[in-house]
Amino acid sequence: MAKAKAGKPVNNGVNVEALFGAQEALKKAPEAAKFKWRATVEWVKGTHSRTTVEKFYGLGAEQKHKEKFAFDADHPEIFAAEDNAATPVEIVLAGLASCLTAGVAAVAQARKIQLRSVSATLEAGMDVRGILGIDEDVRNGFDGIKVTYKIDADASPEDIRAVVAQSQKRSAVYDIIANPTNVTVEVA
Amino acid sequence: MRTTAVIIGAGQAGLAMSWWLAARSIDHVVLERGEVASTWRTERWPSLTLLTPNWQSRLPGFGYEGDDPDGFRTLPETVAFLERYARLVSPPLRTHCRVTAVRRAPDGYEVATEQGVWRCKAVVLATGGFNIAQLPKLSEAVPSGVAQLTPVQYRNPESLAPGAVMVVGAAATGAQLADEIQRSGRPVTLAVGEHVRASRTYRGKDLQWWMDATGLNDERYDEVENLARARSLPSFQLAGHPDRRDIDLNALTSLGVKLVGRLAAIRDGKAQFSGSLRNVCELADLKLNRLLNRIDEWAAENGVRDAVDPPHRPEPTRVEASPPLGLDFDRAGIRTIIWATGFRPDYSWLDVPVLDRKGNIRHDGGVVTEAPGLYLLGLTFLRRRKSSLIDGVGDDARDLSAHLAAHVRETRLGEAAGLA
Repeated sequence: MAKAKAGKPVNNGVNVEALFGAQEALKKAPEAAKFKWRATVEWVKGTHSRTTVEKFYGLGAEQKHKEKFAFDADHPEIFAAEDNAATPVEIVLAGLASCLTAGVAAVAQARKIQLRSVSATLEAGMDVRGILGIDEDVRNGFDGIKVTYKIDADASPEDIRAVVAQSQKRSAVYDIIANPTNVTVEVA
Repeated sequence: MRTTAVIIGAGQAGLAMSWWLAARSIDHVVLERGEVASTWRTERWPSLTLLTPNWQSRLPGFGYEGDDPDGFRTLPETVAFLERYARLVSPPLRTHCRVTAVRRAPDGYEVATEQGVWRCKAVVLATGGFNIAQLPKLSEAVPSGVAQLTPVQYRNPESLAPGAVMVVGAAATGAQLADEIQRSGRPVTLAVGEHVRASRTYRGKDLQWWMDATGLNDERYDEVENLARARSLPSFQLAGHPDRRDIDLNALTSLGVKLVGRLAAIRDGKAQFSGSLRNVCELADLKLNRLLNRIDEWAAENGVRDAVDPPHRPEPTRVEASPPLGLDFDRAGIRTIIWATGFRPDYSWLDVPVLDRKGNIRHDGGVVTEAPGLYLLGLTFLRRRKSSLIDGVGDDARDLSAHLAAHVRETRLGEAAGLA
């Protein structure tokens, strides 16, 4: 177990030894590093849909979550919907928040920083004239995302900022949002 | 032709190795595709100056003797400096002798050149790590009306088409070119990915003075925490101007250079930039501050605190609230793109299977263990942080020449035993 400077073992609940082991193993077997993430969506009613995830591919084989997870999505009543669940764009924020926070825990563990509490609030601006087709010059998506972390940890403010910066550098969802991705949608 | 060792390349690395092999009485030849200091002569833009001060060019048996130790050499001065070193070393040199192939031979290696074939027990690749300017794949999508240049082709701002310029990459090369081109009156957009911020001077001393004094430049490859990362880090954002000015992103912004995120894609004549500009700047600011913290700690521990100016921290990199995420080349009037996206070594003539999947040679501090008798010199963090500096290649050449001498001795003993 990693030891903090004070001598107490650092435990953020992240098995970095296993992660470093995977890093070494995948250096030698780059094919096994190729993953495929999958989701399946069913329309429920109106703007309400349910997406489930269960299987994915990685380490050269089909893999499975311990159970099937479901994510409902809908729109609020002010969009003339029933508000059965979060909006898809909020789920995107949840994805970013979870990804960055997992990264904070892992990077802190690797740097032997004991975390006591981590929370963040996310806010994303959007001009809905885009999705409503009112103005073609307005983009559909966010015009920016602001993430504000509050972290209580055994580390200097600079070291905490470095953990958060490194977590962004290594985050999949941050990359997906900050950089263009080709999207192909087909009808089977 | 037979010799014990062949050194390929007569830049600072090849000359330093020749000095050490001569000191160890090892028979060798230095093969050079052009003249001494060929890359410095032909493959860099004329205004380039060394990024290390004059004093910091200590080579085996040689060093700076002028009266401007803190100045920075121009390109012609650098060539002249290495020519003087070549005269001192007076290596067994073959110029205009391009190597066409290096392959294994029963008793060592065979080096084929334009002037014949050498057989030898050891080969030192002193051809450097900065031979070919790397182009990212997305350069293929650049609209045809936009000229594309690498730093090897670039000469000066005046030779560019009139109009705006996009410089891709913000290591030393990209930052220097952005500075020079913006000053010429051509507006520059600089695409910034991960970079290493630096300031030319700190507490009244050159940054390289600190790197040298603190021992950071001597940090060994087998001591550093993440060697792969240390070897792939972009270069310091430094220039060697007489006014010792900084060329970090704040300095470039003050000149009027427009900062955008990493160039992520080009689609339909439009560039798309990553939304990560703020974070790469934060990473670089934090990294520079960690370096300055180490310098301050060293200064405090070693009692030089009073001999230098008090500590300070540079202003954090200024990033506008919403940096642009896209740019239409045509509408922005961009006529030229300069790819300052790094260099890679050229091993097209190397017929020994020692390359990894990225085209780099697998080695342990310059010893190519899979091919006994094959050595590398002059690459980034080969054996020390200073390995790619003129000032650093001498220590590496000393270490590797000792290894090479032992290898030659062992193979000779092996051969003698085989004969007996």
